[in-house]
Amino acid sequence: MTAPAAPDFDLPLRIKAAMYFRLLALQGSWNYETLLGTGVGFVMEPALRLLPGGLDGQAYRAALARESRYFNAHPYLAGVAVGALTRAELGGVDPVRIERFRTALAGPLGSVGDRLVWASWLPFCSLVAIGVYGAGGSALAVVGTFLLLYNAGHLLLRAWGLRIGLARGLNVASSLGNPVLRQGPLYIGSGAALMGGLALPLALQRITGPGRTVIGGIIASAVIGIFLLVRLRERAEGWRIALGVLAVFVLYSVLT
Amino acid sequence: MSLLEALPIGLLGALLGLDVVSFPQAMISRPIVAATLAGAFIGNPPAGLLIGVVLEMIALDTLPFGASRYPEWGSAGVVGGSLYAAQAPGMPGALPASLLAALLTASISGWSMVVLRRLIASHLERIRDRLEDGSRDALLSLHLSGMSLDLLRGGLVTVTAMLIFAPLVKAIVAVWGSESAASHAVVVVIAAVVAGSALWKIFHSVRRVLWFFLAGALIWAVLQVAR
Repeated sequence: MTAPAAPDFDLPLRIKAAMYFRLLALQGSWNYETLLGTGVGFVMEPALRLLPGGLDGQAYRAALARESRYFNAHPYLAGVAVGALTRAELGGVDPVRIERFRTALAGPLGSVGDRLVWASWLPFCSLVAIGVYGAGGSALAVVGTFLLLYNAGHLLLRAWGLRIGLARGLNVASSLGNPVLRQGPLYIGSGAALMGGLALPLALQRITGPGRTVIGGIIASAVIGIFLLVRLRERAEGWRIALGVLAVFVLYSVLT
Repeated sequence: MSLLEALPIGLLGALLGLDVVSFPQAMISRPIVAATLAGAFIGNPPAGLLIGVVLEMIALDTLPFGASRYPEWGSAGVVGGSLYAAQAPGMPGALPASLLAALLTASISGWSMVVLRRLIASHLERIRDRLEDGSRDALLSLHLSGMSLDLLRGGLVTVTAMLIFAPLVKAIVAVWGSESAASHAVVVVIAAVVAGSALWKIFHSVRRVLWFFLAGALIWAVLQVAR
């Protein structure tokens, strides 16, 4: 994923670094009123100081107020919007156009990010780590594999988003057609399914200990349980059912 | 467990609870990491890892989509890992009881996140005029107080859960009636069922997903024969 060169617009490195670091804290003031909005203002703030008049200028205050209003996106892809909006604000784009852009970009950045990260990359990395555990990995190997793999994707995605946003400004929407964003979830999903088929029985085996009859019984029970839970899917959450069943089992084991 | 003993674990829960949403969302709050770190904190990383893997399988069912309400696994992982790692090895009730405590903590902690988001919204309402006026101080105060409150939230949930569940789990383990193999098997089946159905929920629209899953299972079966 490469951004085109933008010879006419660049920010000092320290400001880009500050924005990137603040992106990691984007959701610090997440709330049901403005969602990510105040976080976007928080991340853009170092760059907005470059507006005419600096910190005390009217342009800075107007831009900060505008950018701190309601906004929603996936947090890892919000950098695309932050970069594009920063370029627009510093380039003196009409506020009405900026507002329209904010409204238009929020939905796609949310759905693309949710599919790519929450519904693909995160479960894939979890399954790889579970697989490392099942293969006999140590605590350090399991945790290290998960954190390195997951954050390689996480940190690169945030950096790419900010870079592409700053480079393309309000023309950034076409970047959401990037093959990684469009096709990535399908490939990662296939990989996750493959890992699931391998990692889950491996992990169950290590937790249960030796004994082919035991693991065979567990897998057979699990397959029946999965079938039933999938059928119940619309009416119940799996983790809540797990909580209920476990509570009953603990109670039974204490009382007998 | 005394308050003094619970405080360091509370600090870990605070830091990992902060990671869930506020900073830096690097997924150090995933149960496979959080429980292992807590186990290492107690001096028994393998035990923390074991319960972390079980919790991770269950956590696959709840993905953190935007404004949806979901359990908070950072503090829960710390509580589960600490409790299980602190039990004597070979106690049959240790894993189910610690897991139950972790799941209850995840549920309560998820609710605490909703409360926090409402608190931030009410803070925002109080300073709305200043924000509309472009006040940098108002924005920074809102953002930094939100993060500080989130840190406090994770710590409070963890400490409270440890103070309640540590003696409770100890008492449950002492009177546990089911045999060891059955106790482990029940936990493992629960985790496998939730993980399997979660994978189906997430990936059922991917083309040929069942074939990929079966291919993975086939590799596992080949590995069993080869052993």
